Amino acid sequence: MPHTSTTEELEIIEAGGGGKPPSFAGGGDDGSPSGRSGIPQRVYVTGIAIGMAAILMFFMAFASAFIVRKGVGSDWQAFPMPRILWLNTLILLASSLTIVRARHFFTRGDREGFRHWWMVTTILGFLFLAGQVIAWRQMVISGFYLATNASGSFFYVLTAAHGLHLLGGIVALLYVGRGKLRRLTFATATEITSVYWHFMDGLWVFLFLLLLLGR
Amino acid sequence: MSSHASPVHHSEAPKGWLRHYIFSLDHKIIGTQYILLGLSAVTIGVILSVIMRIHLAWPNAHIWGFANGVVSPEDYLRVITMHGTLMVFFVLTTVPQSGFGNYFLPIQIGAPDMAFPTLNMMSFWLTFVSMLVLLSSAFVPGGSPISGWTAYAPLSAVGVVAGPGQGLGQTLWVVSIALFCGASLMSAINFLGTTIDLRTKGLSLMRMPLTVWGWFITACLALLAFGVLLAACILLLLDRLAMTSFFIPGGEMVSGVLLKHAGGSPLLWQHLFWFFGHPEVYIAILPAMGIISHVLSTFSRKPVFGYKAMVYSLSAIGFLSFMVWGHHMFISGMNPYSALTFSILTLVIGVPSAIKTFNWLGTLWGARIQFTAAMLFAIGFVSLFVTGGLSGIFLAQPALDLYLHDTYYVIGHFHLIMGVAAIFAMFAATYYWFPKMFGHMMNETLGKIHFWMTFVGVYCIFMPMHYLGYAGDPRRYASTDAVHYLARLQPVYVFISVAAFVTAAAQLFFYFNFFWSIKHGKLAERNPWRATTLEWQVSTPVPHDNFGGHYPTVYRGPYEYSVPGAAEDFIPQDVAPEQVAKA
Repeated sequence: MPHTSTTEELEIIEAGGGGKPPSFAGGGDDGSPSGRSGIPQRVYVTGIAIGMAAILMFFMAFASAFIVRKGVGSDWQAFPMPRILWLNTLILLASSLTIVRARHFFTRGDREGFRHWWMVTTILGFLFLAGQVIAWRQMVISGFYLATNASGSFFYVLTAAHGLHLLGGIVALLYVGRGKLRRLTFATATEITSVYWHFMDGLWVFLFLLLLLGR
Repeated sequence: MSSHASPVHHSEAPKGWLRHYIFSLDHKIIGTQYILLGLSAVTIGVILSVIMRIHLAWPNAHIWGFANGVVSPEDYLRVITMHGTLMVFFVLTTVPQSGFGNYFLPIQIGAPDMAFPTLNMMSFWLTFVSMLVLLSSAFVPGGSPISGWTAYAPLSAVGVVAGPGQGLGQTLWVVSIALFCGASLMSAINFLGTTIDLRTKGLSLMRMPLTVWGWFITACLALLAFGVLLAACILLLLDRLAMTSFFIPGGEMVSGVLLKHAGGSPLLWQHLFWFFGHPEVYIAILPAMGIISHVLSTFSRKPVFGYKAMVYSLSAIGFLSFMVWGHHMFISGMNPYSALTFSILTLVIGVPSAIKTFNWLGTLWGARIQFTAAMLFAIGFVSLFVTGGLSGIFLAQPALDLYLHDTYYVIGHFHLIMGVAAIFAMFAATYYWFPKMFGHMMNETLGKIHFWMTFVGVYCIFMPMHYLGYAGDPRRYASTDAVHYLARLQPVYVFISVAAFVTAAAQLFFYFNFFWSIKHGKLAERNPWRATTLEWQVSTPVPHDNFGGHYPTVYRGPYEYSVPGAAEDFIPQDVAPEQVAKA
């Protein structure tokens, strides 16, 4: 159902009733609506799951390099953890809650509630990124530039890589929030965006703990 | 052809030339683009190896394109770097998986296209840009890098001070490989998503052709391995451009210059690289294994012996490939207990590999074999796989590897099992699928001449290299003139070079056959090999959405040849039980 507007689709979902999230909506064999002939909506859910596995490996490579480099290098200096990261972590955790809230309203067919909480999530995402930039400033103030010491190098690499991936999530939030979709149904779009967003959140908590405990 | 009731949305191919042939979303066009990209890369790669062989056999020979016609030691290292990088990434990784896989995976599973066509197009064009970036390194000051396709740090990390080509050339190499990683990841997502979700009705996992299994497992490996190489490339770029010290140790003195870096670990690069690099050799060979099983079954007119064992052994090889990277690093000073662990895990891979080999032989056993060009290359693959695999068992022992590491023995080993075997699978795939791709048959006689010259040729090239290795001949040396005990090996060098020239020339039969047959080959029937899988049941040329909106239903396994009681000696996958003609 590529060309129907948000409103119509929300109404359809509302008519469908039930409190269950529209997970895996539009699955293929039953001939339910799909973006293109023969391509069921569930491939997008599968695709994002597969993509997250690849992203996880990418970050695990950095994480293992971090642990090995600290173990073998005799020059390692711990950097002071930028204090704003605690606040940033809370902001990102909160954004996971707000996106759950948005999906809840979406399931209920409450367009306004959905719009509202979806936007709050987007803003929290931007706030987090702004906070990361402040964290970099705090690193610089404490004397850790990119090449000062490997510990700081990893700090910049990990936060920048995560920030870029999170920016991708923000782009998805904006795209879905705008409400004009091709190929994807609205239900699928909100589902994969929120799955990815939670993943970015969990990944950040992991990276934060890694940097905090491993620096 | 049977079809289940679904709303028919017959989609038309886009009209414009640019959208149809260049920025196409059609998996068949994209697959062909990948194959042509690989063909260009392999052509350059072979020319580079001919240059190497001329230089090694006749070190003073003048070669066009080099300063004063002389191949300097640095030039030689540039040539090996470009040869290795082009062949591993842009031929072995690209053609069997992204080329033939893109073309035939959707058709074999009864899907209209790949799951994400735009992503598919982007993967190809990113690969294309990546290759351009790599080739451009030959035209910048200092030229291409000299660090080999493994780009070991610190040589690859310290910059231009390490030699010509280690400046901008090496930077371009790293950028190229990083782009290639991105393209491969996107491609892997597409392959996995397509195989998981777009299989047609009735095509359960255990009814998938072994080609599809090969592409599926390979995509899993690519998904998990390329992200790691991408991370490693980013760290290497930072070492080169931003003065970080991930891979460069402290107190490093290069060409009389004391570097400012401190505390990095060159071994960290090796670990990251080989964590990718070992799965990478399986990324090259697993699609080949699928293709070979497929071709052997068709021309043996028999089902693949032990289909399920083939699937499980393929998966086991894929799984184990992530646990053996340390066997590339036995001489790095690793703990002997680690070496033992890596050694045992490596030897364990011999078990699923042997299962596959015996099952291929079991498929051939007692068959009325049709010796087509495709079949000859498939049987040739089995031969090469055994030969190259046996030398791998030697290299897997740390005690032996200490001696054989970085000698020509290794060159002989990996060229036979990874390079030539995978190339043979590409040839088999080309001769086999050409009629479906271009609607014409390739010439069988030329194909057979091509096979015999290539088959004998590659053995003449790579078998003697094992003896060079036993004699202690190190790889990557531009010249062994100054080394006494190696000077006596020069006649072997000349023999290998002559064999290499003949084998390279034999490829002209293939080029001619390929390009001539596209237009002038005998017109192909829909199913010239009388094969069972779905790609042979659709018309030739294959419609834009593969099935004209009528997706087939699959009723049986992929290799039902010579079924007792049936009139024909093959039963296509989409023939319902009640439609099977009785003898």
